[in-house]
Amino acid sequence: MNAELGQEHAAEPVLEATDVVKHYPIQRGIVIKRTIGHVQAVDGVDLKLYPGKTIGVVGESGSGKSTLAKVLVGLERPTSGSVKVLGKEIGNLKDRHIRPVRRDIQLVFQDPYTSLNPRMTVGDIVAEPFAIHQDVVPKNQVGSEVKELLDLVGLSPDHVNRYPHQFSGGQRQRIGIARALALRPKVLVCDEPVSALDVSIQGQVINLLERLQDELGLAYVFIAHDLSVVRHIADEVAVMYLGKVVEHGTGAEIYDHPRHPYTQALLSAVPVPDPSLRGHREEIILQGDVPSPIDPPSGCRFRTRCWKATERCAEEVPSLDVGNHGTHPTACFYAEERDVTHAVK
Amino acid sequence: MAQTLRVVGDTLPGADMNAPLLEVEDLQVEFAVRGSRIPAVRGATFAVEQGQTLAIVGESGSGKSVTSQAVMGILDSPPGHITGGEVRLHGVDLLQQDAETRRTVRANHIGMVFQDALSALNPLWSVGFQIGELFRMHRGTSRKDAKLKAIELLDLVGIPDAKNRVGQYPHQFSGGMRQRVMIAMALALDPEVLIADEPTTALDVTVQAQIMRLLRQIQEDRDMGLILITHDLGVVADVADEVAVMYAGRIMEQAGIHQIFERPANPYTKALLKAIPRVDTLGQELEVISGLPPNPGALPGGCSFHPRCWAAEDKCSIEDPPYETVATGHRSRCHFAEEVYRDER
Repeated sequence: MNAELGQEHAAEPVLEATDVVKHYPIQRGIVIKRTIGHVQAVDGVDLKLYPGKTIGVVGESGSGKSTLAKVLVGLERPTSGSVKVLGKEIGNLKDRHIRPVRRDIQLVFQDPYTSLNPRMTVGDIVAEPFAIHQDVVPKNQVGSEVKELLDLVGLSPDHVNRYPHQFSGGQRQRIGIARALALRPKVLVCDEPVSALDVSIQGQVINLLERLQDELGLAYVFIAHDLSVVRHIADEVAVMYLGKVVEHGTGAEIYDHPRHPYTQALLSAVPVPDPSLRGHREEIILQGDVPSPIDPPSGCRFRTRCWKATERCAEEVPSLDVGNHGTHPTACFYAEERDVTHAVK
Repeated sequence: MAQTLRVVGDTLPGADMNAPLLEVEDLQVEFAVRGSRIPAVRGATFAVEQGQTLAIVGESGSGKSVTSQAVMGILDSPPGHITGGEVRLHGVDLLQQDAETRRTVRANHIGMVFQDALSALNPLWSVGFQIGELFRMHRGTSRKDAKLKAIELLDLVGIPDAKNRVGQYPHQFSGGMRQRVMIAMALALDPEVLIADEPTTALDVTVQAQIMRLLRQIQEDRDMGLILITHDLGVVADVADEVAVMYAGRIMEQAGIHQIFERPANPYTKALLKAIPRVDTLGQELEVISGLPPNPGALPGGCSFHPRCWAAEDKCSIEDPPYETVATGHRSRCHFAEEVYRDER
């Protein structure tokens, strides 16, 4: 898919998604169910994740990034396409066969308030993966293993008997991370891991994720709507719009040299905490909202809000490729570099 | 509802049009919870002039929303109680007025935009009816004319096809459009002050940009005073003239926009600015604020920020720092405000 990005790595990818499609049928009728359409949540996404690296997936609500996360960890089966974890295909596996693979890929959820069972102690929550995968750690060592995990994520091991409500949002997210790390996975898929947290706490969790990556050699798929956070943590960024990746490149390529109109609009809309830049950054205000994924626009899905759209955009689907003058894959017929992040000189 | 249907004029008795538009002085709010009194706002002082935007910034629990509710007169009481201070509109202390006068003020003089438009709008009435209600209740307008006014307002806030959408219900609008409806309601009776409590927090960034532009434009057109309550320093940098930073129920620092960002005089502001990742720069490890915001029921002695402060000394845990002026129009609550301001600490 991306020749330049791929060549840097000698190792095999730990996670590889090829042309992943996830459509949800919309059914009507109680006894006789008829399918009247599909929600095209994810529509042909390719990703390659190498050990120790981070891919950021950004997009607005409805772009399919959370569905993609579920497909990547095997919580949802793709409608078509393949997902390989450490070279093993999980896209078409039955539930009981998928379990051993799950050890290598774990999910960190967005909401630390609802993703922890309020009736379980922290010790039980973090130890639960060991109850499901009993051969990972001998039973008599589970207790010490849990304490080690809590210590690893910066929580006091003395807190094993406390309940989630006794912790703050940031601490709960640490519990969620400890649980995800229990089976020593190679890949963590983080679905909006810091968006529910205050800024002063956000930084703590981001720094923790970065430290864990260095110490354990983890690879991350980091899904977020906050482009500033993704810039900070990701090596590579994929920008999604209505189920498709519209642009994919390194952090510098996406943030400093965006080529897709949507990426440009998205970046220009992110406020920068510097009042001296007011009025000095390019402002692209998009019209309207993201269309429904049930009946997405023909051709390029962004064309209904795009200022560059022509008839061709309605008829043909632009492919995600580097093009004639490009540096990184962009799905646009009229891709052109434009710096919208920095102040206009 | 029939009993309350009466026409009330929009003048405020005793108003001195030469007095400042809205002044809040030493506002104190407490919550009575299980027999104890928890301080939520501990002496907030600020003012807004015509055409000026004041941003009140803070993390969750800092008291910024409670402050806005107290000013608006919609604090849930019980458990909330205003225990001291003044809120003066054109020199008239609103806290001394009866409920009927406050109701008039709320509609005619101070408008409010809430964070979550879906729960702020009534799902059982069409948006046109809800906007028109303001005219019927406060101006005695007929149903037919109220509807025409509603269409006019929907048009003003950029809702396409307002004529047909006026009869639709809140669930038929997208998040961004609902927020526009909220703004239309807040503007209906042409208030002098608009309070926007996290108006874009629930929205996607491209929609946030649309809404912020709309607010800015309307404020300029009508020369309103705007109080923007937010946690997002990026949004603040884009729109505010004046900034007040709140922490644990207190204003820690207040100054003009450029001074706050370029020469903060409070360690909390300084730390907060360093903790946010930026989209336009590739940061190294984020400098985080260690620890957690304090529990309002058990505030630390001395300066509330001292347990998390990098500049704290013994004095800070004993003595409450005074709120002092470090430069013209720049006040900070810190024992070492002068040194922090001169960047010597």
